[in-house]
Amino acid sequence: MMNVLNFAHGEFVTLGMFTALLAFSFWHTGPLVFVPLAAVVLFVVGQVVYYALIRDVMRGPMFAQVLATFGLLLFIRYMLFWIFSPNYRTLPSTLLGGTAHVDGLYLNYPKVIAAVVAVVLTAAVYYLLVRTQIGSQMLAVAEDREAARLMGIDPDRVQALAWGISAACAGVAGALLATFYYISPDVGGTFVLFAFVAVTLGGFGSVPGAMLAGPIIGLVQVATAYYTSPEFAEIAVFTLFVLVLWVRPQGLLGRSIGGS
Amino acid sequence: MTKPRLALLTGAIIFAIYPLIVSSTFGQRVGVLVLLAALSGIAWNVIGGYAEQVSIGHAVFYGIGAYLPLLYYTRTQSNPVVMIPLAMALAALVALAIGIPTFRLRGHYFSMATLALGQLFVLGVTIAPALGGASGLSGPVEQNPWELSMRSPVPYYYVFLVALALMLALVAWLERHRVGFYLRAIQSSERAARSLGVPVYRYKLIALMISAALTALAGSFYALFVGFVNPDSVFGLLVSVQMVIVATLGGAGTLYGPLLGAAILVPTQEWANATFGGGGTGLSYVIYGAVIMVLTRFEPGGLLGLWKRLRFRAAASA
Repeated sequence: MMNVLNFAHGEFVTLGMFTALLAFSFWHTGPLVFVPLAAVVLFVVGQVVYYALIRDVMRGPMFAQVLATFGLLLFIRYMLFWIFSPNYRTLPSTLLGGTAHVDGLYLNYPKVIAAVVAVVLTAAVYYLLVRTQIGSQMLAVAEDREAARLMGIDPDRVQALAWGISAACAGVAGALLATFYYISPDVGGTFVLFAFVAVTLGGFGSVPGAMLAGPIIGLVQVATAYYTSPEFAEIAVFTLFVLVLWVRPQGLLGRSIGGS
Repeated sequence: MTKPRLALLTGAIIFAIYPLIVSSTFGQRVGVLVLLAALSGIAWNVIGGYAEQVSIGHAVFYGIGAYLPLLYYTRTQSNPVVMIPLAMALAALVALAIGIPTFRLRGHYFSMATLALGQLFVLGVTIAPALGGASGLSGPVEQNPWELSMRSPVPYYYVFLVALALMLALVAWLERHRVGFYLRAIQSSERAARSLGVPVYRYKLIALMISAALTALAGSFYALFVGFVNPDSVFGLLVSVQMVIVATLGGAGTLYGPLLGAAILVPTQEWANATFGGGGTGLSYVIYGAVIMVLTRFEPGGLLGLWKRLRFRAAASA
């Protein structure tokens, strides 16, 4: 959104998972508490990361972002590694347990809830971006930082907020994933590549694009794994991605970009 | 003698006598790793730095360079070194095939496409039994200098150093010729370059092919030095990212930037690994990550930028 490739985004997801794990082990709280908690914690992390690191890195060329966020990735991942050891952990599956049986489909409650929250959250972010003042400010800053500043927008405050929201969403995703997925310090790497592919495939800066690309990726993965063999699933996703970019260089729903 | 010349000469002397001063195998090994990282960083820099086409998929070329000689050796038991030029040519061809579709993309889209292609190669090689699959390939075991198979790191060091000097000379030559000017024009504004009649697409392709061939050379050297490759160690995302980091940290789009970056980063990594790596706690990576972040935070344009500012300040106060 803010024209930064954040390699550490997957680590934000991991932090969300560990927030859930800690909240559960110390206070025995359920998802109703730890999901919002993860959102708050990661919102703060996102803001701190912006002010402490990204703001200055943005002054440099584009590859400085790759460098800085990759440094952040290593830092967060191996800090967790160091503190928590690389063991796989899980939350008790009874936390949100149960399976609904709907018309021949077995639906696992945690996954259903995660999917619902994901859709609601996406809709909320979309609403925020296109219907509120702060959203317009974010888009303005993303488009032209200097022009936005001349219009009386504080670009730092707006971008820090965007980083906070972005990290908070990752945190919520992490906390929800924690209810049915294993938790380990390097789990973020599994998600970040697909997040990149989803965002690029949909078109950078396009929320509906990402919302469209996400399920496409998921379906291609599952379908390939089912009809051929699981090892071809990722290959299919990346191939599809390259082919789509070949035909539509701006992504599925991205606006065509002029200039560089 | 001017100051930059003096700095250059000092640097060259340090690099030339390094393995004679440092007698521990560990230290000599670190020296070789610095040279390898510098070679691939300089190669990446041709397209990634000068033209700012940030490829995060250069491991494709590195991997081709690493695999072809070892594959040839595994199949025929003959000298893998003869395959190096072929690997470079193959990498340039693959670069052409990759560049034609991906250079229609701009900015992050290009980076993401190269990243995806890199992942495709990792996955593809992993499931190809003919290429050794996930377990990879090994090189010659018995010592033979003609096959670049030796026990001591020192001979490798000097072979790689000569290659480094040649590569620097080549890039310095490019810098001063049409390709270099065009690439920098593309870097500052692709649209302006195009409107001034720069054949942008063609020159990006040329630069990518040169960059790919040089990256393949670095890959071949790595494979022969380590004597073992697997998909992750040469095609992996980390390999691509390492090239970006090495070049960027020192100063992307500058001649000596990647060398400086490698000279700082590799020893930091090795030192952190040796000092804090025990027990598999991952603390070494925490430090490594922190060093990268701090350096980028204060000098996003690379360390050569800092050097230039200091010199400017010294000149201003004198």
